[in-house]
Amino acid sequence: MLHGKRKITPYLYLAPCLLFLLFFVYYPIVENIRYSFFDFSAFSPSKTFVGLQNFIDLLHDKVFYIALKNNILYAVISVVCQVFGGLILAAILEAPITRLLSGFFRTVFFLPVVISITVIALLFTFIYDPQIGILNNFLSLIGLEDWTRAWLGESETAIFAVIAVSQWQSIGYIMMLFIVAIQGIPKELYEAADIDGAGGIRKFLNITVPQVKEMIFVTTLITLTGAFTVFNEPYILTGGGPGNSSDVLGTLLYHSAFFEDKMGYASTIATVILILTLMISVIQMKLFRTGKDG
Amino acid sequence: MEANEQVIKYETIPLNRKHKKNRKTILMASPVYILLFVYFIIIAYPLFWMVINSFKSTDEIFGSSWALPEKWLFSNYIEAWDTGISSYFVNSLIVTAATCLLTVSISALGAYGLSRFEFKGKNLLLIFCIGGMMLSPQVSLIPLYKLIQALGIHDTYLAMILPYVAYRIPITVLLIRSAFLEVPKDLEESAFLDGCGTWKIFIKIFVPLNLPIMVTATVLTAYFTWNEFLFALIFVDSESLKTIPAGLMQFRDALQTNWGVLLAGLMISAIPIILLFLCMQKFFVRGLTSGSVKG
Repeated sequence: MLHGKRKITPYLYLAPCLLFLLFFVYYPIVENIRYSFFDFSAFSPSKTFVGLQNFIDLLHDKVFYIALKNNILYAVISVVCQVFGGLILAAILEAPITRLLSGFFRTVFFLPVVISITVIALLFTFIYDPQIGILNNFLSLIGLEDWTRAWLGESETAIFAVIAVSQWQSIGYIMMLFIVAIQGIPKELYEAADIDGAGGIRKFLNITVPQVKEMIFVTTLITLTGAFTVFNEPYILTGGGPGNSSDVLGTLLYHSAFFEDKMGYASTIATVILILTLMISVIQMKLFRTGKDG
Repeated sequence: MEANEQVIKYETIPLNRKHKKNRKTILMASPVYILLFVYFIIIAYPLFWMVINSFKSTDEIFGSSWALPEKWLFSNYIEAWDTGISSYFVNSLIVTAATCLLTVSISALGAYGLSRFEFKGKNLLLIFCIGGMMLSPQVSLIPLYKLIQALGIHDTYLAMILPYVAYRIPITVLLIRSAFLEVPKDLEESAFLDGCGTWKIFIKIFVPLNLPIMVTATVLTAYFTWNEFLFALIFVDSESLKTIPAGLMQFRDALQTNWGVLLAGLMISAIPIILLFLCMQKFFVRGLTSGSVKG
């Protein structure tokens, strides 16, 4: 270990990092919690202390419950599609039977991850378009004309159409995490199973799943955190509409702050998001630690 | 020779068994290939649709969005570029380059301090640095907005660059620190005995030895910055300073009926990062996976 001539040396190396984090990450977080007890607008110099009023208002706000419900829907669907779907795709692409094409499929499946969500969301406004959209065209083609609709324009389907776009983009990412985890499994385990004559499905259930258990926890928590902080997809695709049917906490926060100019109220929503994501992170750390011990 | 023969004998038994199994696995494989193929269509077709329709006129998209273009309108790309994408593109390049440079150099310094020194409060500072990963940028949106106004940098490049750097530091420190911890101690000790100061050891040993992880960190930061939307939307108002993700929203409103050009704009926005990914797939995957395992 280096000691340097002066005791201050390591602190000097760390100083830029610490300053950035202090000013732009930690100070705003603390300030946000403080803001949630005040009422103020974007350009007013003074703030009015309102105690817990913002939290009480939030609990009486119908839109808050719609948004929270949508976030929960987001979470449930994301965990099923991304964690379950991603794991299955990864297992298939790592299986010997797909060896020839797996590199190609892996790259294509990962492609949506690297494309900006703005590009993807705007592309999907075309795909969902009631007239020219390929989704309705495809449904008509296979004889399901009754199913065609304005996917983003109807309050029953808007949130699901938005969630689908997120799945389309993110499954590849979780898949890649599982691929890396599966590549770390000792080959002997599979060879032993081969000698026992185990089939692909049995190998998947008896070897792959238990061996990547930790990654299953981690990806579940990544998708959960993503689901509670989602903003871009609903904002670009529907703006939270029609009505408030596809609002999530993120769009509600944005709308309260920059359209209604209720900065204190928006901070309260941010505090709720903070609490939710911190809870998920704490669970993640706990599980991660137990995973390491075991 | 003898040894070789033994090996062959040993291997023929499982090989025979494998042969029998092959027919079975091919049968088993067909549903798997069908599944892969269906998923491939779901992912690839929308992207393909974007490519072919970005060369069409609006009328043609409306009439036959399935078909290949009758005439490939490269002019859509020129029009998209001239309608605003060019300035978004330049802004994105500037913001991304500055963010990468600052993030990676500051994080490397921090990682060096955290990996090769013993000092008071080290663990606490490590938690302070890496704990930032648990905090989502949205949560600090309003105080950051106020802070940026107070600093007088609202509606400048810095309004994006400084928060981006801050939010990328935790993960980048984590990545670089784990690489620095692997550097053998003898290297730095002999350099130390040769009279090198800590700064020289950092520049002459740690940075050159860990270039791959620096590239990984840069690629990851570039990916994040090129695609960031929320801060870019809120901290910058001027059309002339917008980066691609925020600018595209304006671009869409300006081109409401000119779909071919809009799609060409989407293509121009997506291509650089796709190329970066295809060229540096290894760095990309390593960064994205090792980063998120821990956070």
